[in-house]
Amino acid sequence: MVTHSQSARTEPGKPPGPGPQAGVTERARPGLAQRLVGFVENAWRPIALLVVLFFAWWAVTAAELIEPYLVPSPGDTFDSIASRPDYFWQHTWATTYETLLGFVIAAAVGVFAAVIMVQSTTVEKTLYPLLLFAQVIPKIAIAPLFVVWLGFGIGPKIVVAVLMAFFPVVISMVTGLKSVDPEMLQLSATMGAKPGQTFWKIRFPASLPHLFAGLKVAATMAVTGAVVGEFVGADEGLGFVILQANGNLDTPVLFAGLLIMSLLGVLLFVLVEWLEHLVLPWHASRRADSSTTTM
Amino acid sequence: MTGYAVEIEDVAVRFRTKKRDVTALRDVTMRVDPGEFVAIVGPSGCGKSTLLKLSSGLLAPSSGSVRLHGESVSGPRKDIGYVFQKAALLEWRSARKNILLQAEMRGMPAREAKARVDELIEMTGLTGFEDAYPHELSGGMQQRVALCRALLHRPPVLLMDEPFGALDALTREQMNVELRRIWQETKTTVLLVTHSIAEAVYLADRVVMITARPGTVAGVIEVNLPKERDYGKTMSEPEFAKATRHIRDHLGAAAVAE
Repeated sequence: MVTHSQSARTEPGKPPGPGPQAGVTERARPGLAQRLVGFVENAWRPIALLVVLFFAWWAVTAAELIEPYLVPSPGDTFDSIASRPDYFWQHTWATTYETLLGFVIAAAVGVFAAVIMVQSTTVEKTLYPLLLFAQVIPKIAIAPLFVVWLGFGIGPKIVVAVLMAFFPVVISMVTGLKSVDPEMLQLSATMGAKPGQTFWKIRFPASLPHLFAGLKVAATMAVTGAVVGEFVGADEGLGFVILQANGNLDTPVLFAGLLIMSLLGVLLFVLVEWLEHLVLPWHASRRADSSTTTM
Repeated sequence: MTGYAVEIEDVAVRFRTKKRDVTALRDVTMRVDPGEFVAIVGPSGCGKSTLLKLSSGLLAPSSGSVRLHGESVSGPRKDIGYVFQKAALLEWRSARKNILLQAEMRGMPAREAKARVDELIEMTGLTGFEDAYPHELSGGMQQRVALCRALLHRPPVLLMDEPFGALDALTREQMNVELRRIWQETKTTVLLVTHSIAEAVYLADRVVMITARPGTVAGVIEVNLPKERDYGKTMSEPEFAKATRHIRDHLGAAAVAE
């Protein structure tokens, strides 16, 4: 008996070392230095590419290969922001506000719709065409209608942002909720679990990695949606800034608006990714494991 | 009230697919005594796993009857423990939390559940791995967690569906030894589905042989090996050789006849 329980503790195939427990904790919680090294290893390539692109932009304009009214120099672009910080701040904030609100509503509506849809195939089949219709209709084409209905305020911008962002959320959440191992559900049945228990303890957490994949797409769509909403009628926001600058052939301001807009999208994306790491440490660490083995 | 832990009587299972009806099991009758270890062997697709689904109430037979402790089975039963080939662990829960899922679903008092988990972790040799997450555990360790989860509520019947099928040969042997010991300690009834003849003979008191298409009982043999079974010694027992050959001949002959 003694030999049995001893042999149980050493797993064949595991290398002898400072003890398997030490290995486990080390892999689960990498130190700050390790994480920093990991970040640099992952991030240096895209950062280098950005630097090269930026340098190319600067070189092309500095050599006056292109007329400045077509492509302004980086210096002029940043000057246009620096000379009117309040102006840019006001409009960036307006777009940020619309984007965030649109994103949050899209996430909530998307999750809710997905949960309803997986309840029965009848509901799913009934709702799916409607969702698809809402997705394929060009938002820029219906945006003016929302202005007619909701006026020039924040309403139409949020509606367009929601319309653009919620589809990836629904699709990914439905996939996630269906991704549960059928054996896990059978086990749950033999445990005498109530439907609510099975949902909250198994289905919902299992769907979260998929949900976050959808949320990341939705984050970038929400920015686009907000700006499209601004294009068709607004007196505020980066879409408005761009339209105005376009009308005045003020390319530095136009470029500045574009830059801020992209930055906004990237920031929201990173924010969602950070949330994912926070909410799903188990998922993130597993992914990190696999990425280091493939590299 | 009969004295059997599991009774499967004259059971048939038919599935209807789009093209045709498939008979998964036919004329199956088997009885398992309380505390008995019964192994079910047969080729892939012979309906071995279906037998466990029937016993647990996850699947209803097309005809015939299934009884657990004399009680007719209708719908999923709570008084069983189930172990699949895949450990089927929740990746966001540590080993301990995965085992505790069983307690949470059943509304077991927290203190009682915790004590029971500690006991099982000790018994299955998971000590030191309680807080590890599934992706940090080897296949053998994951299966131990699944076994703990299945045993948490002290089920009178443990159903195991090729639990060691995905493990490497060495780990598998070791898990066989562990399972034999755990079975002797818990005195639970075990129904083990496997396609390893050696595993079946080493572990079980009786081996039920199933042939494929349609799945039906080809024979049952008693394994006359001592209660205490040292792995190496058992393998070289004449009785072990006799039993494995008998099963191999039986299943082989059936395959040829087909």
